[in-house]
Amino acid sequence: MAEHSPRRFTPQAQEALASPVIRQNFRGAMDYLRKARSNAFSDPVEADAVLAKAEAVRRRCLSQLPALLETLEQRCTANGIQVHWAETPAEANAIIRALCQREDAKLVAKGKSMVSEEIGLNKHLAGLGIDCRETDMGEFIVQLDGDRPSHIIMPAIHKNKDEISATFEQHLPDFEATRDVDQLIAAGRQALREKFQAAEVGLTGVNFAVAETGTLCLVENEGNGRMCSTIPRVHIAVTGIEKVVEQLSDIAPLYSALTRSATGQAITTYFNMVSSPRRPGEWDGPEEVHLVLLDNGRSQAFADDELRQTLQCIRCGACMNHCPVYGRIGGHAYGTVYPGPIGKIISPHLLGLDDAGELPTASSLCGACGEVCPVGIPIPALLQRLRVEAKHGASAGHPPLKGQGAKANRLEALAMKGFAWLARHPRCYRAGTWLARRLAPFYPRRLGAWGQCRVTPKPAPKPLSQLLKEQRRV
Amino acid sequence: MDVIRVYPAKPAHVYLYATCLVDLFDPQAGLDAIGLLERQGLAVTVVTGQTCCGQPAYSAGYNDEARAVAQSQMALFPEPWPVVVLSGSCGGMMHHHYRRLFAGDAAVAAFCERVFEFTEFLVQVCRAKLDDKGEPRQVTMHTSCAARREMKVHVTASQLLGQLAQVELVKHGYQEECCGFGGTFAVRHPQISQAMVEDKTRHIVNSGAPELVSADWGCLLNINGALEYQGERLQGRHLASFLLERVGGGHG
Ligand code: SF4
Repeated sequence: MAEHSPRRFTPQAQEALASPVIRQNFRGAMDYLRKARSNAFSDPVEADAVLAKAEAVRRRCLSQLPALLETLEQRCTANGIQVHWAETPAEANAIIRALCQREDAKLVAKGKSMVSEEIGLNKHLAGLGIDCRETDMGEFIVQLDGDRPSHIIMPAIHKNKDEISATFEQHLPDFEATRDVDQLIAAGRQALREKFQAAEVGLTGVNFAVAETGTLCLVENEGNGRMCSTIPRVHIAVTGIEKVVEQLSDIAPLYSALTRSATGQAITTYFNMVSSPRRPGEWDGPEEVHLVLLDNGRSQAFADDELRQTLQCIRCGACMNHCPVYGRIGGHAYGTVYPGPIGKIISPHLLGLDDAGELPTASSLCGACGEVCPVGIPIPALLQRLRVEAKHGASAGHPPLKGQGAKANRLEALAMKGFAWLARHPRCYRAGTWLARRLAPFYPRRLGAWGQCRVTPKPAPKPLSQLLKEQRRV
Repeated sequence: MDVIRVYPAKPAHVYLYATCLVDLFDPQAGLDAIGLLERQGLAVTVVTGQTCCGQPAYSAGYNDEARAVAQSQMALFPEPWPVVVLSGSCGGMMHHHYRRLFAGDAAVAAFCERVFEFTEFLVQVCRAKLDDKGEPRQVTMHTSCAARREMKVHVTASQLLGQLAQVELVKHGYQEECCGFGGTFAVRHPQISQAMVEDKTRHIVNSGAPELVSADWGCLLNINGALEYQGERLQGRHLASFLLERVGGGHG
């Protein structure tokens, strides 16, 4: 499978658009998820209250991020959880690799973790002969295909039942093709059982890390996260630094907002709270728990009051489910770990504005993402801001962003200056529109990119100002 | 969460901001909007110096240019009258984004408060009551995303249509989804935009309504262009023209 990259967004998007199966799979899944979410928030007054609370919690916690991280480290350490800090993906990988090698691990059972995708962990460990097996059903399917997740909560959403059946037929011994969802899941679960038993190390993500108590919370539906965090001798949890919350009571509103926005569920099947390794006399649980806290551009976002809102994200996926662009091109086209609207605002911090390619412009700014985000991230406004940063040097009063000004375009800048000048000089502007009207008969019926599916718009014979003059109104 | 807007009492005088697209492509919509406002007993002033609200520069990431344009436009409206904008998208620019461009500037904030989208103004400020004089008719409506999500005026547009006794407003599939215009987006990402507008026109045509209206010329430019390309007879027109015609003031 070819590596996707945000720099190749346009050809990747074109490829997806050309595939009726992809478009059908995404449309169906998006329709389903949108409906589930809207049913879960059927009472608008109650919904507003839940979302306002969730947003307030995220804002408050982020405003004290450095202090909360310190407290988290103290409490975790006191609980016997070992805390590691990683500034870059390479550092995070090195920490995890060292832990695996110390265990002499051949197999790592991995629960769902987008941060592990962000650092490219599977590939890194595979290079050292360590097999990192996905145990979330969607991730498992994607991994069998040698593919990447196309959605942050439904990694295999781009595939339909037939395609999954074909994947299993190819990779699972004794599997017989079926369209029956229960049979498909049963076959997958069967294959995963052995992995949990054999793995020396379990790896998971973290949905919320509670500073007050030093507790790592894991939200999931399949029970695989619980398996990964209890069966192997060592449990490694990896997460971005922004996931810390102040206190245990912050969890309830966030959890409710998360599950309802993501899948329309009131609660998930499992909610795991890891607060220490196995204590004397306990029956199960790992003997060691490690927490790896990753920065990877997050403190850059944190340093700017406006862009800091990016970090409020609780990774529910609602923005992508409602995005008209994501719904048509799917997650792979973005070429980033986090696709869709959240990916467009977070990737520039992770990769730099230069490597984020066209992502900030790939939005009609329709606002659907901002409307559904449960923690009130003004995604369209942040996209507009990133467009500014991509084209200009560091602006006064803001710390510089990685890759700032990389998309500076002298021709475009000149055109914008010209536009602004015209708009400020009404007489010249009128002359311009007069010319546009005079030339209208010579316009080709199809004009450039616009003309691929639309005819060229025709100016009216006389502008409003002239009509008003004729009526002696001005 | 958005703050609920407090509306003023009906004034005697308003400015109409017709927008550059209406000026260039559908000046009749401007005249019709004036007609409707005058029927509400308002004196309407259209300032000749108005050009464009600056949105193209703003959405492309050129804030300095957008600010310069915004300043020149705001200067055109010295009287304290409301500025009624004939587009949800330009209304959103002038009501919300000018504030963001001039953060902390009280004079700009005061100007932004005076900006209303056309249907919002008719319903919320004029409390307009429309008397339908036309034949029974089905119509489907496209609301721009800015109208819907920034100005929240898709409600007022359908309220006005709802007042027309003989007009049935037909919903089309995925009504709240973007038509794929987004200004420069349509040019920068033509294939994605094409997929969006083709879905949009299909749903509009499938609604079976013989007529399409919208209060945003940006979207109409996109949708009408695609409809015509596809050989459809249906062409959307501005809501103001439709409404004036229904209340018996049409230009025929
Ligand atoms: S940006 Fe908002 S809607 Fe999107 S994933 Fe994050 S929390 Fe969910």
